[in-house]
Amino acid sequence: MAKDGAGAGGAPRTSLLYDPAFRSIAFQIVLLVAVVFVGWYLFHNTTQNLASRNIASGFGFLGQPAGFDIIQALVPYGQSATYGEAFLVALLNTMLISAIGIVLATIIGFVVGIARLSNNWIVSRLATVYVETLRNIPLLLQIFFWYFAVLRTLPGPKQSLSPFEGVYLNQRGLYMPVPLTEPGFWTIPVALLLGIAGAVGVSIWARRRLMATGKPFHSFWVGLALIVGLPVLAALATGVPFTFELPQIKGFNFQGGLVLIPEFMAVLFALSLYTASFIAEVVRSGVMAVSKGQSEAAHALGLRQGLTLRLVVIPQALRVMIPPMTSQYLNLLKNSSLGAAVGYPELVAVVAGTVLNQTGQAIEVIALTMAVYLTFSLIISLFMNWYNARKALVER
Amino acid sequence: MNKLSQFTIGALLALGTVTAAQAGTLDDVKKKGFVQCGVSAGLAGFSAPDDKGNYSGIDVDVCKAVAAAVFGDATKVKFTPLTAKERFTALQSGEVDLLSRNTTWTLNRDTAQGLSFAGVTYYDGQGFMVRKSLGVKSAKELDGASVCTETGTTTELNLSDYFKSNGLKYTVVALGSNSEAVAAYDSGRCDAYTTDASGLYATRIALAKPDDHMVLPEIISKEPLGPVVRQGDSQWFSVVKWSLFALVAAEEYGVTAANVDEQKASSANPEVKRLLGAEGEFGTPMGLPNDWAYKIVKQIGNYGEMFDRNVGAGSPLKIDRGINARWNKGGLQSAPPFR
Repeated sequence: MAKDGAGAGGAPRTSLLYDPAFRSIAFQIVLLVAVVFVGWYLFHNTTQNLASRNIASGFGFLGQPAGFDIIQALVPYGQSATYGEAFLVALLNTMLISAIGIVLATIIGFVVGIARLSNNWIVSRLATVYVETLRNIPLLLQIFFWYFAVLRTLPGPKQSLSPFEGVYLNQRGLYMPVPLTEPGFWTIPVALLLGIAGAVGVSIWARRRLMATGKPFHSFWVGLALIVGLPVLAALATGVPFTFELPQIKGFNFQGGLVLIPEFMAVLFALSLYTASFIAEVVRSGVMAVSKGQSEAAHALGLRQGLTLRLVVIPQALRVMIPPMTSQYLNLLKNSSLGAAVGYPELVAVVAGTVLNQTGQAIEVIALTMAVYLTFSLIISLFMNWYNARKALVER
Repeated sequence: MNKLSQFTIGALLALGTVTAAQAGTLDDVKKKGFVQCGVSAGLAGFSAPDDKGNYSGIDVDVCKAVAAAVFGDATKVKFTPLTAKERFTALQSGEVDLLSRNTTWTLNRDTAQGLSFAGVTYYDGQGFMVRKSLGVKSAKELDGASVCTETGTTTELNLSDYFKSNGLKYTVVALGSNSEAVAAYDSGRCDAYTTDASGLYATRIALAKPDDHMVLPEIISKEPLGPVVRQGDSQWFSVVKWSLFALVAAEEYGVTAANVDEQKASSANPEVKRLLGAEGEFGTPMGLPNDWAYKIVKQIGNYGEMFDRNVGAGSPLKIDRGINARWNKGGLQSAPPFR
């Protein structure tokens, strides 16, 4: 009960309206009712309008045949494919370009960010020019630049550039040989997995030994030998159980082999180079946030420049870098939707474009598309938060 | 209740009053004083802006004819340029009153998508354009070709059907707008570009070297293109449908923009009298003035004049009337009786 009643015995109780506890609960309830009502109203209004205009609703369309083709499909997408399968293909295409884009942007961003801090005048100026140019040009323009500028300079299929036998570059894409598996092929991926496990094991052992005895062990080269060597041994032991299918020119175009379409390459270049310019700045600010005394102390201990950077500066800089890095990754994922402009078959192009247009069910299709981006963004955020928590300074 | 909750309830009531059923497009159009018409952003002969931003073309003339019928003034139209994939959402959501954007009439669109096709402005069919240097004489020789097209059209579906039924392989490059699809074809990304045949001719003359390109003889689909309205508004549907019929009927009876005044005053043909509002009350049931069709023909001309001016002999496209001739001349264009 409210405190007011606790005064001199029998004092008049104040009105319920002035009771702070009651008021706060009442406001919560009013707000909740209002929110539910607005939600219900929007839903009701939408369904009523859809019905009055005879627009189909629901997600039943996902099971119906799509009847259009998609230029790049990571899973089989055949003649009788459904809208649901088209959705899956588009989803995988978005994931593919975002995943590769994030890795590339991180690598380029790190290199450029560190280069900007270099004592070498030319290197640091070049990095500055890179950052200031790329981050100040709209991404859509960069995508168009890569698409049309590169398309126009490459030769047609009959005059393909061929740096190696079996690799062809022309306006229709980059064609590469693809391995065709034969019986016994399974040993190679298994050997690769064993190699990776072995490399991880060696590096853990080397670290323990370093901590215990102070003797360094170059686990990197041993690990590399394991990862590369084991699959090679497996291949040799089983008599090389694969052949390469070479792209062949047939009619107008190359057939067979693996092809990277120009749409994919244009969007990938633009996305990674653009995001890398922001990541470079994140890296630079992270490194500069580490006090100069840290590197001076490291130099005083006799560590060379590279080792100082790797062992002292970067681990501390990471703590500053991770949160802004997360938003760059999220931006890259969402920016991949610009691929629709040059016909890269990602989610917005296929689902919010073709599927929406063929079915006419804008609300369901857009809701589905938004749900996908939201889910992906939240997953990336969760992962980066976990990574951040691991790297954060633990105060003792 | 405090101010906040009063405000909340007030806002809810306000939202509630906006809910009114959205049926009377004709009344809405009359109230705002113009027809909002969705057109293509640039397809010569159908809908393309000139250097001053004024749209012209056969699709644009249909919009103008509707404005002439409603207001007696063909200039009371505002145009919304739409890409193929934006067009239906724009119509469904009420952003435009009328969609006249070289749109193919199909069963699914006419039933499940909340759209109603009010007629056929132009009977078209899908074809292919290729470079002459490719040495191809028929679409059947396009095995393994890559084909550029605009996304969100029936073109994409016909393409798939055609290549599959002929056992041919192909790769499709589907771009977001027609201009990008043409740019990709022109830069060599694709062996062939596909769209409706009328669009191929319009695109070809706009290329840097039209003579390097040729349109293949095959027509692989039926593409009846026409104006579209929202389903469930039969009055507006009738206005658009009969505006189109008035254009066709005027040609059949020999009424032109030049002789329409004379015909209205002195024609002996009762059908012409009814068409031009000299006899009977045929506009009123639609909610239009009685001389609605007279205003259309006076300002737009008849269907034949509209065709010639935009896509036919009097235009750079020089497309033959073909199946778009009127019914008694071996074509498909005909209007039900005006009585």
